[in-house]
Amino acid sequence: MCPSDALSIAGKQMSVKEILEEIEKDRTFYEESRGGVTFSGGEPLMQPDFLNALLKECKERAIHTAVNTCGFAQYEIIDRIRDKVDLFLYDIKTMDNRKHRKYTGASNEQILKNLKKLAESGSSIVISFPIIPGINDDDKNVTRTAEFISSLPNIQQVNLLPYHRAGIEKYKNLGKPYKLDKIQPPSNQRVKSVKEKMEAFGIRVGIGGG
Amino acid sequence: MRERIRKLRKQSVTAKPYISPERAILITEFYESEIANRVSIPVKRALAFKHLLENKKICINDGELIVGERGSAPKETSTYPEICCHTLEDLGVLNTRKKTPYAVNEATKKVYKEKLIPFWNGRAIRDIIFSKMSDKWKAAYEAGVFTEFLEQRAPGHTALDDKIYKKGLLDFKKDVIRSIQNLDFLKDADAYKKKEELRAMEIAADALIHFAERHADLARRLAKKESNIKRRRDLEKITDVCTRVPAHAPRGFWEALQHYWFIHLGVIMELNPWDAFNPGRLDQHLYPFYEKGLADGTLTKEEAKELLQAFWIKFNNQPAPPKVGVTAEESATYTDFALINTGGVKADGVDAVNELSYLILDVVEEMRLTQPSSMVQISKKTPDRFLKRAVEIIRIGFGQPSVFNTDEIIQELLRQGKLVEDARNGGASGCVETGAFGKESYILTGYFNMPKVLEITLNNGLDPRTGKKIGLETGDPAGFSSFDELFEAFRKQLNYFVDIKIKGNNIIERLYAERLPVPFLSLLIADCIAKGKDYNDGGARYNTDYIQGVGLGTTTDSLTAIKYNVFDKRHVTMKELLEILKVDFNRYENFRQRLLNKTPKYGNDEDYADQFMKAIFEVYFDAIDGRPNTKGGHYRINLLPTTVHIYFGKVVGATPDGRKAGEPLSEGVSPVQGADRKGPTAVIKSVAKIDHVRTGGTLLNQKFTPQLLADETGIDKLAQLIRTFFKLDGHHMQFNVISSDMLRDAQKHPERYRNLIVRVAGYSDYFVDLGVDLQNEIIKRTEQTTF
Repeated sequence: MCPSDALSIAGKQMSVKEILEEIEKDRTFYEESRGGVTFSGGEPLMQPDFLNALLKECKERAIHTAVNTCGFAQYEIIDRIRDKVDLFLYDIKTMDNRKHRKYTGASNEQILKNLKKLAESGSSIVISFPIIPGINDDDKNVTRTAEFISSLPNIQQVNLLPYHRAGIEKYKNLGKPYKLDKIQPPSNQRVKSVKEKMEAFGIRVGIGGG
Repeated sequence: MRERIRKLRKQSVTAKPYISPERAILITEFYESEIANRVSIPVKRALAFKHLLENKKICINDGELIVGERGSAPKETSTYPEICCHTLEDLGVLNTRKKTPYAVNEATKKVYKEKLIPFWNGRAIRDIIFSKMSDKWKAAYEAGVFTEFLEQRAPGHTALDDKIYKKGLLDFKKDVIRSIQNLDFLKDADAYKKKEELRAMEIAADALIHFAERHADLARRLAKKESNIKRRRDLEKITDVCTRVPAHAPRGFWEALQHYWFIHLGVIMELNPWDAFNPGRLDQHLYPFYEKGLADGTLTKEEAKELLQAFWIKFNNQPAPPKVGVTAEESATYTDFALINTGGVKADGVDAVNELSYLILDVVEEMRLTQPSSMVQISKKTPDRFLKRAVEIIRIGFGQPSVFNTDEIIQELLRQGKLVEDARNGGASGCVETGAFGKESYILTGYFNMPKVLEITLNNGLDPRTGKKIGLETGDPAGFSSFDELFEAFRKQLNYFVDIKIKGNNIIERLYAERLPVPFLSLLIADCIAKGKDYNDGGARYNTDYIQGVGLGTTTDSLTAIKYNVFDKRHVTMKELLEILKVDFNRYENFRQRLLNKTPKYGNDEDYADQFMKAIFEVYFDAIDGRPNTKGGHYRINLLPTTVHIYFGKVVGATPDGRKAGEPLSEGVSPVQGADRKGPTAVIKSVAKIDHVRTGGTLLNQKFTPQLLADETGIDKLAQLIRTFFKLDGHHMQFNVISSDMLRDAQKHPERYRNLIVRVAGYSDYFVDLGVDLQNEIIKRTEQTTF
């Protein structure tokens, strides 16, 4: 153990009970802000049993729950937790499957299929769409994304997340190469234009809030 | 902002504070006069006031709408030799010190040397106070266990209610005369004393009326010479206004502001009360005039705004009277702590926010001055719109307005036994101090250094810095077999020093009551006229004395660290710990890191540490609350530091929380700088474990980067955070919205950041004017980057 905290351990093992104690500490804030707990990650769907147990406890305590997911999972897993989740924060990175494979290492087929099913099952969903210049902000992709979203029921809103470079330091600390080194954050003008394009499809669009 | 306001603002902001001996000379002249020695002391004080107001230079600055200065020009600063006569050395320090200097010219030094110092040496109340204090008191004072507020400034905290807007000084005089007529010389042994006090009030009222007439005359003369027609009309209006007020009750918005301002000047020229003077609930007081003016077409919203701006500049023109020595260290600022209250509730408990509340916030935003300070009172009835408007201004980042919980303030005042109407009409003044405005004298008597008391306890009564035995022998902690034994020793030690402080206060309070009554101020505070008693002698309806606790976070973390590392985990023995502290962690850096990083800390919503905070609070409360003072009132506690946590830190050696010798203590009720690692919600939960209701004010600092509040969601979130803290009965919160990088850059390039204002304690100040320790401390206050 390093007393000075010069070595930082990112994360620690905790039980459902311990996490609930932490969640309960902020109850008064949720009640004031009408907020609640967001399970994010990594990818919370990677730990389905643990997530399910936490969601169940939160529901019983009337704490609002949100799950932030990239949607890459068996639909059965999503289906199992669905009724305990008040809001899904669901990522769409790109509609172009070739690019999706290239940058995330996985196909987007199942992700989009899951999203459709989830939306049609009646769950409340907010879509997160990162704007990464040169990768997914082309007009064609924005239009296809908007078309897809507007075809789905129960989508509350799309949040545009302008690409930022805050992760560079983290990669450095991990000793990993940062592959998007050359990409700069999008201009406000660009973000605004993506917003307007999506809004043309009747979608409610916010900026940030990821 | 209109051109003339822009000019006046610029004049106010750029003028350099300097010492004027004018007041000191006039007061001395009067004290030397024959008549001064033939009259009673209250009358002598009133005549001295009259002599000053008749003879001081007056001015009407170019373009001004609200007139009158304490000195004879903006930033000219008076001195008060009857309280504290500056030595030549003091004047040298004031003139040359890097931070908050006051220029002193050779002529001033000469008159001090030849006239003022010879007369006041031994006569100033400061000299008398020090000569009357016990050796124990002096030892504790010199060790930095506590400070003494009244050694350089008069009893203060004089916030006003609405009575002056309904009455002129001639009406107050009628009340005084009636009170004299009702005196019973047959049965009341104090009748003569009361009569002298009441006569003094009459003289003081006339003196201020005459002072206003002098301004009317000057305006009339200037109007005659003025070639610009518009300005001439303004000067004619000023003539009218100064003829009307403060003799008579104001009829319009302009008159109301000028009326207050003359009265403000009266109070701060009579003596130098702590925390200047405060109009209190300004949006409430002025609203009837505003409403009437708009209705009958004699006022527009723009004109009201301009008059308020002109009024704001008048405050900024009056730097705090110069302090020296320890008092300068406990309050190193030009700011004199007038704190304008907006919002809150009315006397009947309904929401008080009105159109003027918003207009005042507009003025605060546009003027961006360090003086006056401003705050919003937020009750559960306050509309979100008002809170969000305040947050919008907070995010600009000059530290104003601070945010107070009205419901909490009312509970605090009720617990102290005040009438519910008086509580609802109250608010906070100075930094965060709760008061029944216009009816209470609530005197801060000094800061109390809790970590110093712990240090003395750990050394069995010895002050390790000087090697002197100044405390009780409560036992060698190395021999304690339990934490409870240590805690009990701390409790005894704390009570010992509180007793010393209160014994001193009881003498000092009498000295002011007998030697330096304030008949002018007494006119304004209920029920001084009815009782025929001075403000400094218990004339107010409520008379409260405070001793302000400092270093709650440091003391908590220190006791927590002992419990955790010595008694629970047995990482070290008490003897070893004491050795390590003695050498200031030299060669024990590894252990220090354990204290800093692997030991529970207050501010993280963890009961392990927070329980000790609560226990310390109870000890401090029990030692002080409810003890009688000499004015028929009681002692209460509050928890705020102004800037004294820097000075107090300098006199405290290494502490068991890992703090090195000489470093600042924690401030207010905030966690130790950097010890809160779980974000603002955890800080709020921890701080809310304090029973704020049993205090007269607590101070919580939070710092946010501008990015955090950049958009609408940021504003909503901060508003919700405030609401939650208040739901948990928190008293006050204030915000610095700046990045630490920017502050570091400001240290390197002060010239680029002249206008950078930061929240220090209960006030804002220019960052570049602060001492380097205080600058570092502000940088260190945990920068919150996410909610």
